Amino acid sequence: MEWVNVILQGVLIGGLYAMFAAGLSLIFGVMRLVNIAHGDLIVLAAYVALMVTQTLGVDPLTSLLLVTPIMAVIGYALQRGLLNRTLGDDLLPPLLVTFGLSIIIQNGLLELFTADSRKLQVGSIEIETFQLMQGVWVGLLPLIQFLVAVAVIAALQALFYRTALGRAFRATSDDQAVAQLMGLDTRHVFAMAMALSLAVIAIAGVFLAVRSNFDPAIGPARLIFGFEAVIIGGLGNMWGTLAGGVILGVSQAIGAQIDPGWQLLAGHLAFLAILVVRPQGLFPKVSG
Amino acid sequence: MPDRPLLELRAIDAYYGDFQALFGVWLQIDAGQVVAVIGANGAGKSTLLKSIAGLMHPRRGDMLFDGAPIGGAPAFEVVARGIALVPEGRRLFPSLTVEENLLIGGESRRAGPWTLARVYELFPVLAERRDLPAPALSGGQQQMAAIGRALMSNPRLLLCDEISLGLAPIVVRDIYARLPAIVAEGLSMIIVEQDIVQALNAAAHVYCLQEGRIALHGRARELTRESISAAYFGV
Repeated sequence: MEWVNVILQGVLIGGLYAMFAAGLSLIFGVMRLVNIAHGDLIVLAAYVALMVTQTLGVDPLTSLLLVTPIMAVIGYALQRGLLNRTLGDDLLPPLLVTFGLSIIIQNGLLELFTADSRKLQVGSIEIETFQLMQGVWVGLLPLIQFLVAVAVIAALQALFYRTALGRAFRATSDDQAVAQLMGLDTRHVFAMAMALSLAVIAIAGVFLAVRSNFDPAIGPARLIFGFEAVIIGGLGNMWGTLAGGVILGVSQAIGAQIDPGWQLLAGHLAFLAILVVRPQGLFPKVSG
Repeated sequence: MPDRPLLELRAIDAYYGDFQALFGVWLQIDAGQVVAVIGANGAGKSTLLKSIAGLMHPRRGDMLFDGAPIGGAPAFEVVARGIALVPEGRRLFPSLTVEENLLIGGESRRAGPWTLARVYELFPVLAERRDLPAPALSGGQQQMAAIGRALMSNPRLLLCDEISLGLAPIVVRDIYARLPAIVAEGLSMIIVEQDIVQALNAAAHVYCLQEGRIALHGRARELTRESISAAYFGV
């Protein structure tokens, strides 16, 4: 029963990793941009939520009503004002610029909020648990977080394959020049993708902040988790990304159970093992 | 103004970096007219169409569409003004279905006669295969989808780049047979072709490009085979 509990916790945290990964995967899929600042943007979202909760006195989950649109607007502006200028045949300029952005965000947050650890409080649901079956316990908050992750992934999948915006994303991803011939302003399409990515980041950031302490320096590690979940799941497949997050979460939970120091190592090992066996990921994008 | 041409190009110079691809190219097309641009490989035919569509920006010269300048406008604005390009090699979106490819052609939301239903009426085989991914179509069907996709923007001017390329002659004849139905809706067409016979049959006016310059132009019926081959090959 102990192992069932461990694996279940891993699955639930995997939902959070999938949310870290979904925005990353979306951006790479639409515009071949590897966003090194992704993890720091998650932390930025956590601080935005901190400010909103402190200023308005609302709980963190309610604050999402404000934090999500704020992050989406930041994403749109960031793409139109900065990142669109870095896109071209060369992958390196966006990589360097988002790396710089990562440093700017970390130090900006450090300047504004100091290096103190913060946490968002959600009250009693934080500690509520219920028994799933004899000896298997589930925390209410991790369960909510996982269900939200599944909903986010399902929403992204539906948006990609059922809406005009999703069609524009896929067309632009296929062939930018021809997408323009269809009347699509690719600068706007890219900015919409970044806005969507940061809206997902907002949700991920808030759940990260209610789950554990955060400070300005933890972004890069979230980026790594996001990357690993994307690669495990296979690029360009949202449900694969969820599976990737879950596999990463379960590996970490198992590692931690064996020895608390092995948590991160076990996650990285699972990632490397899958990279060796299936470099294209477990569920690569169905081509054509 | 009925006597104003739909599209007028004056002294277009276009470059790829330092390489000049078009030299003082001029062209006129009236509403409802079909014009063919012929020429050998590398004569600048595709460059000309890309310049009109806004995928390239000529360094010098004027492009007037319905009297308004379009030079320098990005492609997505040009299509919104009513110029659609069927690109060379068809270039359907491979991860979209046939129907999604057509729908994305309507992204510019111009009003007009062309709808999904009308495109399916023109090319019934596309209706049967609407849910298939675009690469599952045969070459000819892909060409039909590419034409249908361009029509979905309800253009006033349709640019067709090498629609016969890589297709069996019978398929080419089949596609060309449907062009009159498209022109009957009141749009104009510029057809770029290496297949001269096909181009001369379809068009009222012909321009022949040779190494980036207009070497010959005239009514399709009045040009002699000798003058065309002289302009085509430069002999």
